[in-house]
Parts: sequence; C-alpha cells; structure tokens
Amino acid sequence: MTALLEVADLRHGFFGVPVLTGASFALREGAITGLIGPNGAGKSTAINAISGVFLPEAGRVTFAGQDITRLPARDRVRMGLVRSFQLARGFPRLSVFQHLMLYGQDHPGEGFWQSLLNGEAGRRHEAELAEAALSVARRLRLDHVIDNPVSALSGGQKKLVEIGRALMAKPRMILFDEPMAGVNPTLSAEIAEHLVALNAEGITICLIEHDMSMVARLCDPVIVLAEGRKMTEGSFAEVVADARVQEAYLGVRHDA
Amino acid sequence: MLSYVIFSLTTAGIYGLLALSLNLIWGGAGMVNLGLAGFFAVGAYASAILSLAGVPVPLAILAACVVGAATGIGATWATVRLRGDYLAIVTLGFAEVVRLVAMNERWLTNGTDGLPGIPAPLKSVLGPQGFAVFYLCLVLAILGAVFFLLRRLDLSPFGRVLKAIREDQDLAGFAGKNAMRVKLIAFACSAGIAGLAGALYAHYQSYISPDHFQPLLTIYIFLAVTSGGVGRPAGAFLGAFLVILFLEGTRFLGHLLPGLSSGQVAASREMLVGLAFLLVLHLRPQGILPERIRPAPRSQP
Repeated sequence: MTALLEVADLRHGFFGVPVLTGASFALREGAITGLIGPNGAGKSTAINAISGVFLPEAGRVTFAGQDITRLPARDRVRMGLVRSFQLARGFPRLSVFQHLMLYGQDHPGEGFWQSLLNGEAGRRHEAELAEAALSVARRLRLDHVIDNPVSALSGGQKKLVEIGRALMAKPRMILFDEPMAGVNPTLSAEIAEHLVALNAEGITICLIEHDMSMVARLCDPVIVLAEGRKMTEGSFAEVVADARVQEAYLGVRHDA
Repeated sequence: MLSYVIFSLTTAGIYGLLALSLNLIWGGAGMVNLGLAGFFAVGAYASAILSLAGVPVPLAILAACVVGAATGIGATWATVRLRGDYLAIVTLGFAEVVRLVAMNERWLTNGTDGLPGIPAPLKSVLGPQGFAVFYLCLVLAILGAVFFLLRRLDLSPFGRVLKAIREDQDLAGFAGKNAMRVKLIAFACSAGIAGLAGALYAHYQSYISPDHFQPLLTIYIFLAVTSGGVGRPAGAFLGAFLVILFLEGTRFLGHLLPGLSSGQVAASREMLVGLAFLLVLHLRPQGILPERIRPAPRSQP
C-alpha cells in the first residue's frame, strides 16, 4: 500500500487554543479513507491545513511524494488535490456551467492575451472543457439547472455542484468535508453512490462524515482523530470495537 | 447648437471609456476604484506633457495608456491586501494625491495655472469645425474598439475567472486560480483605459488643470455604470451616454423652474444628479442592461 498523502506531526491552534496536537496519518492511494472523531477532534482543521486554507504552525504535508506544506492552495489543486466545503460554497451569481468550467486546470484560454485575441488554443480547450462540463452535469443530474445561478439552487444541488467541480479538476484525491450533512436521505444515498463510482475510477477519497452507517458502508480504512491527533486506525469494525474510541465518543470508561 | 451637440457627444465618448474602465474593474473583479479621476488625470498629464515636449500626438496617447497602466499596477501593489471599503478609501486618496501633485509640482504640471496649448491633432488642417467632427469620430472609433475588446474579454474564460474572483476570491484559489495575478492584470488594463480617456480629453480640450480632475467625475462614472448595468460592458456604454444626456439636459431644465437665479440653477443640477442616482438605485438597482448569464452550449450527442 502506498500513501498518496501523508501528514506528519501536524500542529495548529486558534487564539492560543491547540486544535491539532501532532496529528500524523497517511491516506492510502485508491482507498476511501474515513476521517472520524468527536466534535473538536480537529478533522476539519486537518483538512484545511492539507488543502491550504492556512499554513499549519508545525508539521508536514506530503502529496504524491512532494512536500506541499507551504504551497498556495491553487497549486495544490493543480496537482490534483481538490476539496469540498462543509457549508457548500460557490460563486453566487455564476451559473452551474460556469462553476464547472472554472475548475478546469491550466486552461490556456484564461490568459489575458488569449482571451483578448480569442486565440485558437484557448478556443479549442474551451470547447473540450465545455463537453466535459456537460457530461459531468448529466452524470450528477444537474443538466436541467445548468444555467441557473448557484445562489438559486437547493442545498442538495449545491452539494452536487461541489462534487461536479471537484471532478472537473481531474483530481487524484478529493477531500470531502461532510458532503452529506443537511441533505435528505435519498440525496445522501445518491451522493454515496457518486463517491463509490468516483473511487472505482481511481480517485482517492478522504471523507469526513458523522453518519456512522455511511462510514461503515463506504470507508476502509477509518482513521479516528481525538484531541488533535490520531487515536487509532483500522477497518470500521476494528475502530468501533476499540474501547478508547468508545470513550472518546461517549465519554464513558468501559474498563471493568 | 450643432457644435454643442458634437461637444456633448465627444465628452460622452470619453465618459464611455471611463465607464468601460470602471466596469472592467468594478463589475468584473469587484474592486471598487474611487480613484478613477486620478488615473484619468495621470493619462491626461502624461500625454499633454509629452506632446508639449514634441512627441507626436499618437505616440503621446499610447504612452498615456502605458503610464496609466503602470500607475495602476503600482496602486494595486500598494493595495494588495485591501478589499471592499478599504480599497475604495485608498483609491479615493490616490486620486486626491494625483490632484495635489498636479497642483504643487509646478516644474512638471505648471501647478494650478494648468497646461495650455496642448497640441490638437490636425486642427490647423481641418479648422475648428472640421476638427470637432474629426475628433468625435476618433473618440467614437476608439470607444467602439475598446468596447469590442472588453465585451470579448467579458465573455471569455479570463472574464469568467475575473467574475469568480469578484464573487469569492478565496474560493477562486481553491479552483486553482491565481487571483492576485488576474486582479493585477485587470487593474492595469482598467487604469490604462482611464489613462487613454485622459489623453483624449487633454488633446480635445488643449488645456488641462487640476480643477478638471475633481472626485465628482468619478461619481458621475459610477452613476453611469450603475444606471447602465454593472458587470456588462454594454450597460456601461449606455450609462455614460445617459449621464451626459442627463447632465446636459438639466442645463436647460433648470431654466424651466421659475424664480431661480442662474447660480441656483447650476446648483440644482447637482441635486438633480443625486436625485437621479437615488431613483435608479431604488427602481432598478441592477441597471438598465443588467449582467446576464450566458447559457451553456448545447452538447453534441
């Protein structure tokens, strides 16, 4: 098993309160790894450090063998490390189609002169990207709202747009921060299917999720974070059997 | 009367360039540039000083664009971390600094006396009337070309990135975009166009002084872009002509009001402009030609 992403001794705090206290874990290439832990365990903070929302105070993040700890967020995306946000974020007045188009990477047509002169390379790439965007939209069943501004979409559709634009970036790994939070059960199941399908196509996935039945179904292995570092790692059955995990979640001791 | 109409249309053309400049940076990248009059002044002075020093007028105008763009890059660097209100305040300050420099650096700008005798291209050949018509055509042709290019930019992948940055700069980073670089290019381009407008103004008026570059000018252009439609070049274009129509129209309207002295009539024009702005914002906040979403292309199955 090779690790696509490795985090070593990650430390970070907010206003002097430590959140990550030396987290070290590895995400295996080709797997759907679940990242679970009680509230405040540092799951989102870890994802934020990995994706470049902020620079961690200490520690190292390695992606595909390259140290990316201090790389700007945009360069991580261009390397194929893409994320979704817990509260679906978007560019409110841009359409679904424009969102998808934006996530194509290294688009020659986005250059100022290429755009001004309507250059051949830019036009060709734009046309290819448009085909890809339309097929992603069909796949996620967003094609009927493709020209709607994202601010006019339902919460569930926004989640699908997050998945869609991650796909447009031709990712090697997607970090999903609670993609099913606040979504109805039908859509939740649909999103789960998408994740499985993406994984089958070779995309490595890291999933933060609170619904344990979903974690049990999708994730192997599961990494448990508690108090800012890794507590344990294993299959779902293994980690839930772990007394320390039960204690961390339930706050009770199980030793007889 | 005819020469008055030609004068108004030429001014509208120059305002149109300024409106397109503002629309690019404000409607496009979401950066509030209250320093438009400053870039306009930089372009006007650059072209005036160069042509008075013997540089041919077309070259001087070109140089004004470059100087305007360079000033824009400098201003953006200085305000790299500022957004929204803070950027607005700093750019407003920038325009005032330009005006104060123009008032005080007599060796360069001749201070408050202004620069007279700026060469007007072909005026000696065409005569005053012919020159006015020629210059109107020149301004409209340049306006048309700039409009064409900016409209293309607006609909291009670059324009899409620009609008994404306007909506959420941080998120644009997570889409793999270099927001800083794109903003810098947009600001330079916008400032260059404002500089071009300034140069055209200087050679048209053949006299400029710091008084010509009051902050009120920036407000007029904001009025033009807001009423025309933010985020759409055609809106800015239309807005500029409407503002001139309104500004010039109120000149006659004032006389219809009974019992006002000419000084009061002049003052009431400013009030009418303010009133018009309020009405537009109230009745049609998105402008006459609002931004549209261009539909996705149909797929070929």
